[in-house]
Amino acid sequence: MKPLTGLNRFFRNLPTHLAIVTMCVLWIIPTLGLFITSLRPREAVRTSGWWTVFRPQVQVGETEYRTYCASCHGVDGDAIAAADLSDPAVVSAYPRSNRLLTMLRRDLESGPHLVDPPLPAEPNAALEVLSPIVTYLQTLSGINPEAERFTLRNYADALVGYKGSQDYLTDCEQGVVSTLAKFDCDASDLLKPEGMGRAFVNTLIMAIPSTILPIVFAALAAYAFAWMDFKGRQWIFALLVGLQIVPLQMTLVPIARLYVQIGLAGTFLGIWLFHTGFGLPYAIYLMRNFIGGLPREIFESAYLDGANHWTAFCKLVLPLTLPAIASLGIFQFLWVWNDFLVAKVFLSTHPVLTVQVTNLIDPRGANWHILTGAAFLSFIIPMIVFFAFQRYFVRGLLAGSVKG
Amino acid sequence: MASSIMKQGRLTPWLYLLPALVIMFIFIVYPTFNTIYLSFLDKTSTQPASVNCVEGQPCWGIFENYHYALTNPEMVTALRNNARWLLLMVPGTVLCGLFFAVLADRVRYESLAKSIIFMPMAISFIGAGIIWRFVYYIETGSGEQIGLLNAILVALGRQPVAFLSNPAINNYALMLVGVWLWAGFCMTILSAAIKGLPSEVLEAARVDGASEWQLFFQIMLPMIMPTIAVVTTTMVINVLKIFDIVFVMTGGNFGTEVIANRMFTLIVTDTGRSMAIAVVLILLTVPIMIFNVYRFRKQEEMA
Repeated sequence: MKPLTGLNRFFRNLPTHLAIVTMCVLWIIPTLGLFITSLRPREAVRTSGWWTVFRPQVQVGETEYRTYCASCHGVDGDAIAAADLSDPAVVSAYPRSNRLLTMLRRDLESGPHLVDPPLPAEPNAALEVLSPIVTYLQTLSGINPEAERFTLRNYADALVGYKGSQDYLTDCEQGVVSTLAKFDCDASDLLKPEGMGRAFVNTLIMAIPSTILPIVFAALAAYAFAWMDFKGRQWIFALLVGLQIVPLQMTLVPIARLYVQIGLAGTFLGIWLFHTGFGLPYAIYLMRNFIGGLPREIFESAYLDGANHWTAFCKLVLPLTLPAIASLGIFQFLWVWNDFLVAKVFLSTHPVLTVQVTNLIDPRGANWHILTGAAFLSFIIPMIVFFAFQRYFVRGLLAGSVKG
Repeated sequence: MASSIMKQGRLTPWLYLLPALVIMFIFIVYPTFNTIYLSFLDKTSTQPASVNCVEGQPCWGIFENYHYALTNPEMVTALRNNARWLLLMVPGTVLCGLFFAVLADRVRYESLAKSIIFMPMAISFIGAGIIWRFVYYIETGSGEQIGLLNAILVALGRQPVAFLSNPAINNYALMLVGVWLWAGFCMTILSAAIKGLPSEVLEAARVDGASEWQLFFQIMLPMIMPTIAVVTTTMVINVLKIFDIVFVMTGGNFGTEVIANRMFTLIVTDTGRSMAIAVVLILLTVPIMIFNVYRFRKQEEMA
């Protein structure tokens, strides 16, 4: 083969590569924007777009300092040992710009201070220049902590559901009690009813049984459909295929009323049962195809060894169908975790992540820093599950590809 | 499918089936019929729907809730929007998915590229709604645009656009979110179908000098048509039931109402009408349901 074949093929395929990469970039940018925003300080989120984090960052006052002072004091402020601007003791003598102004107007070694270029003569204009310089000096000397580029404070706010005018951690440090009436500034805040922490726990409690129950019942029923004889087998199964696409909107009100009557309204048991009911048709369909595909011989030899249906089910079917159970489990788990409508109707007293996120939406768009953090908190588990078990998820999708 | 090979009591199968059948009956079958019944009653389910009739205006008697569901201006908007979603989003997702599946099949980083397109399927529709609310965000005050699209518009010297509240474009903005969400689903299934094509056929066509375009349109496309049909029907159902995206992004305001959101809005305040809308929704899915059962029967006959 010629050595250039590989390169040649690459260039011939260039349009393909370009199209794929463009689409991938377009697909990932919205999520990336949300993620980056969730890590930015709230003031930065409010005043600039998330893409500005890729630009080199300029400290407040750095430009002014470089214009007026850096020629003598140096870029780090410590070029003149006698007037080291990175020394906190020197800088703290000028906490405000008018104090600095008086100092700068005084002559220095019988010549004027600040010659190249001179400060504006008009006092207000001079103060406007000096104010950012003071801030920058404080940054240089370490009095004023450097403005962080990234922070986890939004996540703290989202976890406890804090909507103050400063962030939760700062308010706790400063003991601002008025806005903290509902909060204790300790670990118990993580379970406050308006926070994502509590919603996370609620979602876990809701999702795990809602995943296991339908699989257990579906495995039993699927075994009967696949390996047992009974009247109406085909007919019932065809009905089941139809049931898969009944919109769940059809059942909300009757079930909600039933729950009120029997005391299941707003309980976890109620939502477990509802998700089980709606997960079953698809689960049975998928499991039956898989169990029915197991080789007939293994059942025959099990029967010759004296096994009955129950032992065959427990000892043969369950272990052999683990891949199908994994596919189904992941599918159902993601479905239940991401559901909004059912949780909103049946579990409004214990908000889950999706419901809690919608509670945090501010129609004026003033709290993107919390909302982006909260949304990302709700993605963590499904993302982990998805990337860890993508193979099983895809298999579950391919096996059925119809889901109500 | 194989029949029983073990001795069994007559009741044994029903012991295995009973839990599932009972739960499905209680949670799917019974409520479906109950919903149909409730759709003929008034807002508190105490009187027949005909009490909603207004003097001097056309009255459909017991079907008055359906009168609302099919003729009320809000509902007409919702029905028209769902039709738009069907016409644009279904082909949009299927074509997008097909396009990507065919392209990705030709490169080495296929699985990574497919993961990226598929990833939105892992997150909730609510989460996707938040992500895109942020992309579409418009700053109406004096501040900088922090929404990506409006920042681009401003950088290009244009005026910012209210993507979600301008009735001329907001429906399309929402559909774009739908395509972003569902294209990965279509791609995955279509990609599996393409991988399942017999390689001899494709090779033979290449040897005979077929161009890549001919290969795609005359060989691949006809062979994966059944899969395209399955994906399309699934998408039709998904689009008919579209709810979360609209709920979280516009709440159905500014002319973006859809059937499922209207149904949810009325669920407490006017149960009768809400249930009539639900029935309309299920009637729209019935053809798909029949198609699926038919397809299933055909598969069984072939097996």
